[in-house]
Amino acid sequence: MTTVTAEVPYGPITRLRWAVADGWTMTLRILAHWARQPGQVAVGLLFPVMIVLMFGYLFGGGMAVPGGGDYREFLMPGMFAISMLFGIEATFTAVAADAAKGVTDRFRSMPVARSAVVVGRCVADMLNAALGLAVLILCGLAVGWRWHDGWGRAAAAIGLLLLLRLAFLWVGIHLGLVVGSPDAVVAVQILVWPVGFLSNAFVWTDTMPGWLAAVAEWNPLAATVTAARELFGNPTGGGSWIAEHATLMAVVWPLALIAIFFPLAVRRYARLDR
Amino acid sequence: MTFAVVAEGLRKRYGGTWAVDGFDLAVPEGTVCGLLGPNGAGKTTVVRMLTTLLRPDGGRAAVAGHDVVRQAAQVRSRMGLVGQSAAVDEVLSARQNLVMFGRLSHLGLTRARSRAEELLERFDLAETGGKPVKQFSGGMRRRLDLAVSMILSPPVLFLDEPTAGLDPRGRNEVWEAVRALVATGCTALLTTQYLEEADQLADRISIMDTGKVIAEGTPGELKSALGGDRVEVVLHDAADLPAAAGLVERATGAEPSLDPDTRRVGAPVREKAAALAELARLLEAAGLAVEDIGVRRPTLDEVFLHLTGDARDPRKEVAA
Repeated sequence: MTTVTAEVPYGPITRLRWAVADGWTMTLRILAHWARQPGQVAVGLLFPVMIVLMFGYLFGGGMAVPGGGDYREFLMPGMFAISMLFGIEATFTAVAADAAKGVTDRFRSMPVARSAVVVGRCVADMLNAALGLAVLILCGLAVGWRWHDGWGRAAAAIGLLLLLRLAFLWVGIHLGLVVGSPDAVVAVQILVWPVGFLSNAFVWTDTMPGWLAAVAEWNPLAATVTAARELFGNPTGGGSWIAEHATLMAVVWPLALIAIFFPLAVRRYARLDR
Repeated sequence: MTFAVVAEGLRKRYGGTWAVDGFDLAVPEGTVCGLLGPNGAGKTTVVRMLTTLLRPDGGRAAVAGHDVVRQAAQVRSRMGLVGQSAAVDEVLSARQNLVMFGRLSHLGLTRARSRAEELLERFDLAETGGKPVKQFSGGMRRRLDLAVSMILSPPVLFLDEPTAGLDPRGRNEVWEAVRALVATGCTALLTTQYLEEADQLADRISIMDTGKVIAEGTPGELKSALGGDRVEVVLHDAADLPAAAGLVERATGAEPSLDPDTRRVGAPVREKAAALAELARLLEAAGLAVEDIGVRRPTLDEVFLHLTGDARDPRKEVAA
């Protein structure tokens, strides 16, 4: 049996190189999980498609659309944002499960870059979000949704959606580390639905009572939904200040969430030794 | 003598109570130290502090010559951790786990792969290396645990209740693997609830209760402190007790103790096999009806009663 000894990183360059390598190894770990559990991944990708079909065809007939257009044109950008919100559940469950099973402790007991666990989760979940968005865009095209203002503005809309996912990612990581038990995902699911529905994702806010419309429009999700509708050239509705400044707010809201939850998650991870 | 693990006055508080309260330990290089204690004694908290997973609230500790708080990175690259404090990835296969942990130890992909094959072979996991760990038996999983902690051939190995929840076969597998590792010269700290396990594997044993070490010595020293093995006879009829006591004294040469309630008579023995055979022969010859006869090893409970009972049992205070 050969003897293998460890090196300890000297200097900032080596450390950075190792941090990148460790983060990538952690990403590969999560990708390997998906390869071993394709069913679970498929369910995650197809669940939003099912909701599109439910709302687009089952409830869609009764929905009022700004300017009297097609409900599915109105629905799809909302659904894109909702699928970004659903990502919280996946992130939360994975982070909490790792903490509960002691794999996180194994990583912490090794000479692994401290950032690696979180970076790996971040990269992998963003890849998953991009894949999910691609599936949902294909689904949208199949049910008659289109973007009307060119590739550039469509790409900007996708960028804003992924920025929203990035913000929710840090919320999910923080909650997962705080709770440390995957069973609590039920509680997260119960919270995700009202947050999703209490927005303009499915319903035109003009059809709501005034106070409720205000709450729905100030939902961080709503800004991204409105901005995506504008950039894709889909019916938007609105006329309030927040609706007029949707693109700005679709950048401000996610950055604010990241500014709060990124340091909280990092601090929480660093304090697992307390 | 150089010490691979040193702890001085280590303390950790959870809420209002001190889970570890003034823990001292010194493990010489190349030896196996058994840390023995009941649930809640603070064994796992000690291991978590020594392996940098938990920050001590007081005292200091060093592993392989490096401080566990200030030089945590150096400690992490010089020790392995097995058992309830650390897990492997259950979704991945044994091979994938070993390659991943090899890469996280910065071996590079090629070396991580060859190291994984080497360890699968050595821990007898080569055939099942492709299956997800979820499907492993308890013994196989613990062997993989050991393999993962050996990726870097660490000079110090922490084994936190490595056989907890295993059947006797799994326990033997793990013991074999641990013996093989120790033969290569690494230092090990083993926590366990089983006296037998510490007896099998450890050079020295520290007994822990309520957050500190209350006794320390070689297995032999601790056993002789307890009076060692006992031979015991359970009689069919309590009236035979005095006669049996005389025979027990003849066979063991020691003062027998009688318990009329359970119709039991016993005495400490040194040459247990010879004494047991002699006693069986004498009882047979005397025609006494015996329900049970045997040699009993002291249990962990008895170690604790012996070590802590004097202070706690008011009846014994006068004698002490």
